[in-house]
Amino acid sequence: MSKFLEAIAATSLVCMVTLSAAQSGSTVSTKYPGVGRAATLKEVAAWDIDVRPDFKGVPAGSGSVAQGQDIWEAKCAMCHGVFGESNEVFSPLIGGTTAEDVKTGHVARLLDASFPGRTTLMKVATVSTLWDYINRAMPWNAPKSLTPDEVYAVTAFLLNLGGVVPDDFKLSNKNMAEAQARMPNRNGMTTAHALWPGQEFGGKAVPDVKVVACMKNCVVDVKVASNLPDFARNAHGNLAEQNRDVGAQHGAQTNRPEVKAGASPADAKLAAVAPTPTPTPAKAEPAVGDSKAAMTLVNKHVCTACHGIQQKIVGPAFTDIAKKYAGKADYIAAKIKSGSSGLWGSIPMPAQTLGDTDAKVIATWLAAGAPK
Amino acid sequence: MEDRSEGNRVTFAGIHSGRVQKAPESFLNADGVRSVFAEAKQGRRYFLRNAFAAAAAGTAVATATAQGNPVPPEGGDTNILNLPNHSKGLGQGVATDGYGKPSQFEANVQRRQSPGLTQTTQSSVSFAPLQSLFGIVTPNGLHFERHHQGWWDVDPSKHRLMVNGSEPGMVKTPQVFTLDEMMRLPAVSRFHFIECGANTGMEWGNVAVPTAQYSHGMLSCSEFTGVPLITLLELAGADLKKGKFVLAEGADGSSMTRTIPMSQILSGEVIVAYGQNGEMLRPENGYPLRLVVPGVQGVSWVKYLRRIELGDKPYATKDEAIHYMDLMPDGQHRQYTSIQECKSVVTTPSGGQVLLDKGFYNITGLAWSGRGKVKKVDVSVDGGRNWRTARLETPVLSKCLTRFNLDWVWDGKPTIIQSRASDDTGYVQPSYKQSRAVRGTRSIYHNNSIQSWLVQENGEVKNVQIS
Repeated sequence: MSKFLEAIAATSLVCMVTLSAAQSGSTVSTKYPGVGRAATLKEVAAWDIDVRPDFKGVPAGSGSVAQGQDIWEAKCAMCHGVFGESNEVFSPLIGGTTAEDVKTGHVARLLDASFPGRTTLMKVATVSTLWDYINRAMPWNAPKSLTPDEVYAVTAFLLNLGGVVPDDFKLSNKNMAEAQARMPNRNGMTTAHALWPGQEFGGKAVPDVKVVACMKNCVVDVKVASNLPDFARNAHGNLAEQNRDVGAQHGAQTNRPEVKAGASPADAKLAAVAPTPTPTPAKAEPAVGDSKAAMTLVNKHVCTACHGIQQKIVGPAFTDIAKKYAGKADYIAAKIKSGSSGLWGSIPMPAQTLGDTDAKVIATWLAAGAPK
Repeated sequence: MEDRSEGNRVTFAGIHSGRVQKAPESFLNADGVRSVFAEAKQGRRYFLRNAFAAAAAGTAVATATAQGNPVPPEGGDTNILNLPNHSKGLGQGVATDGYGKPSQFEANVQRRQSPGLTQTTQSSVSFAPLQSLFGIVTPNGLHFERHHQGWWDVDPSKHRLMVNGSEPGMVKTPQVFTLDEMMRLPAVSRFHFIECGANTGMEWGNVAVPTAQYSHGMLSCSEFTGVPLITLLELAGADLKKGKFVLAEGADGSSMTRTIPMSQILSGEVIVAYGQNGEMLRPENGYPLRLVVPGVQGVSWVKYLRRIELGDKPYATKDEAIHYMDLMPDGQHRQYTSIQECKSVVTTPSGGQVLLDKGFYNITGLAWSGRGKVKKVDVSVDGGRNWRTARLETPVLSKCLTRFNLDWVWDGKPTIIQSRASDDTGYVQPSYKQSRAVRGTRSIYHNNSIQSWLVQENGEVKNVQIS
């Protein structure tokens, strides 16, 4: 955010000029008359929310670790886990940093190739990045709904989880620099590379990987060092159905074992493109309208952020709910409205604010088996 | 036909016509195609019988029937002999569909998610089916997708673009533009590729996916139409001496932000685009406004663009301070890595495909560079021992996909196909060995190493990496 507002207020002349331009909707353009108009102070304030590493843009406010914990458990833990450690929906936020890292500003585990994954706190060098992103994009299904104080609190809580700030810490626009000075990977960035166009970061003029194009007798020994294991043959679905049915090459039928070399080439090729059995037609489906309406609603109310159709995400898959509570539309509708905990795992579903009618359409669809 | 002295020493003697049986111009469905192959197999048996008969009779029948597309015993292809309905009836009328769609027989050609890559569909990616595309332009409905917090179909009459500064004086007067106004300004139309910085990222350590779609499909290319960003900055009275960095910000839930290179803005390359391949941007690609930053990774091409801020410092946004950073072997992350370096991939034959017979094939693929034009593409059909220079199809444009082709006759033996591109800066695409020697295997981003496709004896093509 700019200090535009303050500066404008302090400089009455600029203020008058800008306001009059804004109020009259006049344009400053002489080259393209009639195109564009001055943004009003209100408009700029509404949209200019970014916070830079030098803390330009942070609004006044504060929040404690304890306050952050309450917000976290209500609004964040469902995706990120109670301790920011969850790998269920997104990459883990917290973990992998040490007290020593807080001292050095280098996360030592980044040197350990065997350490599984890299958490946000292992990577991020700038506390402003956390603040800015939580403020603009979190929570996942209700971005920009947190107040500045809440953003300070959640940021403080995250830093506390990572051992960066103490339990009684209160983060505010006044002490961001203190937190910054303790960021575990604050010295972990480099711009000494040739992948930024321009000289703003210094950088390097010449790319790091230098190759001469050899044309003849270049490699003596060619060995396959890595390929997909046989068990992964169909992991991306039947590749025959992912290639055009006509063409120089057809897709391989990966839903059946490969015919290895040694078998007659013609047989191998034909097996690879052999006809698949015609799928048996599905049994009579319930009225399409209901499923369609329900699907629209689960998307509209962002249920799909936590529930996959056939796949568990944070909450159970719709098809699993459908199986467990077949025929129990009223029960499901009540659960949607009241929220639920302890039935499917440790992460609770908060009470949902959708209307009764919508809840009923979704519940009826689930009770009918969650048909497509 | 091509030089037979190189590579796996192909010879032409005794090679069949190369194809089993050509389906007549897409008028067969999947089952139909399969039955054609079954018939072709039958045809081979007839060929054998006929060959014996011919040998006995001392005639030259065998030569005529030694084809993958054999003449059936009734003396002709029933697809020729029996006129199809479309030759004998009345077809459909104009405007049956106000917005036309691909043939029903093209249903396999779709953008797809890689299973297990992400847990949600709103923060995920779908890959363009490179193995099924021609030329350099990606059809809008097949353009790869990357959403950070779900996509929206934004009402263009309510969308606004704001241009402001990080502090007073950075721009003289912060501006607001409507779509109507944006589309009144002088427009440019340019072809550019867009590639996700994480394209091929799953393959840094080892082979992880089966096909070109999943290995290279976070890549698309379009003709974009819009207004150079510099025009809008000048309209706002930008101080281009004080302003060294520009922040681009989206209007969606994630309100994606990225720091945009000033040198490219000043050169007029960076466009605020509304048009894509002759129509408006698709909602999945940022309708109604997105930034186009040629040669730079897709994450900087901010969708649903709502605001441009000129500032004197970089922004270290989430996608340049937590993600889209390249971890080096020394434990440091390279930050603000943006350029997509010179890269290429053979799209056919490629992983998950089957060569139906030995004989002639057109090896084809795509090459591109975020630094300029593709100068040359070399192709190896022997695992990198020897290379031949491929034909580049026109147009060859800066920071745009370039299509290459090469004649090849497959002798039925196992072999490895690769392509290696160079750009007009002299940069040459590296092998995995060369990339890893400098960058290790954990950077996730910016993997532009040479792709290897193993063609097996049974015709099936596999994704492999060689030592």
